[in-house]
Amino acid sequence: MEVFDIFLLEAILNGLLLGGLLALLSLGLNLIFGVIDVVWICYAELIMCGMYAVYYLHVQYHWPLLAAMAAAVVIVAVLGVILHQFVIRPVLGAEPINQLLVTGGVLFFLQAAATLAFGIEFRNLGVTLPSIRLGEMSFSAARLVAFCVALAGMLGMYLFLSRSYLGTAIRAISQDRAIMPLMGVSPARIFVLASALGGALAGLGACLLVLQYDVHPAIGLSFGPITFLICVMGGLGSMAGGFIAAFVFAQFISVGGFLFHLEWGYVLAFAFFIAMMFWRPQGILGRR
Amino acid sequence: MIGNYPLHLMILVLLWGYIYTSWSLMGRLGLVSFGHGAFMGIGAYTVVMLWNHFGWSPWAGALAALAFAAAVAILIGYPCFRFRIVGHYFALVTLALSEVARLVIVALRDQTGGSLGATPNSALHGGATAAPGALQFSDKQVWFWIVLAFWLAGLWVWRAVDRSMARLALQAISEEEEAAASIGIHVARAKLRITLISALMTCAGGVLYAQYQLYVNPDTVCGIGISLQMVFGAIAGGMFVMLGPTVGAAFTLLLAEGLRLAFGNRYPALDSTLYGAMLVLFIIYMPKGILGAALEALRARTARPIAPRKSSGMPSA
Repeated sequence: MEVFDIFLLEAILNGLLLGGLLALLSLGLNLIFGVIDVVWICYAELIMCGMYAVYYLHVQYHWPLLAAMAAAVVIVAVLGVILHQFVIRPVLGAEPINQLLVTGGVLFFLQAAATLAFGIEFRNLGVTLPSIRLGEMSFSAARLVAFCVALAGMLGMYLFLSRSYLGTAIRAISQDRAIMPLMGVSPARIFVLASALGGALAGLGACLLVLQYDVHPAIGLSFGPITFLICVMGGLGSMAGGFIAAFVFAQFISVGGFLFHLEWGYVLAFAFFIAMMFWRPQGILGRR
Repeated sequence: MIGNYPLHLMILVLLWGYIYTSWSLMGRLGLVSFGHGAFMGIGAYTVVMLWNHFGWSPWAGALAALAFAAAVAILIGYPCFRFRIVGHYFALVTLALSEVARLVIVALRDQTGGSLGATPNSALHGGATAAPGALQFSDKQVWFWIVLAFWLAGLWVWRAVDRSMARLALQAISEEEEAAASIGIHVARAKLRITLISALMTCAGGVLYAQYQLYVNPDTVCGIGISLQMVFGAIAGGMFVMLGPTVGAAFTLLLAEGLRLAFGNRYPALDSTLYGAMLVLFIIYMPKGILGAALEALRARTARPIAPRKSSGMPSA
């Protein structure tokens, strides 16, 4: 009788934990796309800014970790609003592809500015959470925390969007941008609100990532591509679709990486993405 | 006789100008690809790997690379165009492609050297300065003429495309795909043809880059970084006019070198910071790029008297 591979199970469970984190990252991007109809290519660079904020406030200025994290969420939310007001708003009427490209320019800018300001060193927060043993398997507590916080964040977002007045307005705008102004909803204000929320979600993601990874100026490139491929695969603007896609992607990365090599996990995930696009171009739960 | 440094800069401007021009062949017609890094990487790595591991001459290697790039372009392009993946969906699918190419190179680290890059084995034995069979020349002047030839050929292709019926078809497609299809344009075929031309030219650019630098690295020839560099270089110069991409290449290179000369290496990322900020401003306020905006301003000044505008490719009545 063949013994069930305990390490495969570990890889699957780690993939599940990673999936929660990726789902949180894609949630903010999906919110922005659903409401404003713009893809923030620089989303992962906002996360990088949040990670630096946590690092500097905690390590250099000796703030308590939780206070530094709360501040980081606020800082990235403000960055989101700045991004919207000064970069996105002028191109709202332009061709869609210009909207995509302009945030790509912001990606370049933030990455280079971070190199200029902070140098290319890898910076570690210096907070290590213990690893949790379960039989022969071990999981890092940071991942578990990230998974739980991500789920809580998504639940909070869901309740906000479905129960509150503002959340209803946001959903209404994303369903019909032309009609809602006639109903007395101001799109400009909703856009700013959505940008702040999207930024805050990026900030929350940053707090969770900084517990597991060192921060450096190019870190955005290791999360950005996966995040928007998840959104596209789930169907841009569909938060439930992004949720499913995040877990599928995470399994590819984790199990593929376990069976072959870490990069092959990513290669498989990206190849799967391309194949999915041909099968369902509008995404798993997308509308076009 | 000009020194080696200015010659090096001119070679780089022409080489990147050629590559950006290749990208713009698609980009200006609404096919914004974030995946051209993959084609450049295929060109650079196929040639170097075949040379190092199997002793294939880069001439044969280049043919293999072109065949490989064509296969990839068709494999990605055909389903994209068949299933109407357009706009940012197309951009994101091609972005996945360029990451796949980069990650495959890194993952095959036993053969490719991974993210440390690889150097083609030298064929310049005993003080020889040229090994044409191995496409290795230590004399920069030879490279200047080679790259100049490719750049001119790239401009010729641009002009040929510009004057063909295909461009009118593609322009119609980029404006309204359904309407174009309804007047009998084979949308998928027209797009696939221009994609193939653009991908093959970019692949050849990758071959030249690898053989000129005699060093390849997944991050400098492949992946998102280089794909975005092509997109933004072309945009900065102006992707709708023939010399725009070249102006973009010259602009970005001179900006980087100028700041490096002015500040030394004290501020390592100053040029990219400025460049990023400028890109954002360009896309918002000057979407036609430097050369595009300049030509437009010039035309506005000189075109006061009513002059018949030459339309390319269309028979005039």
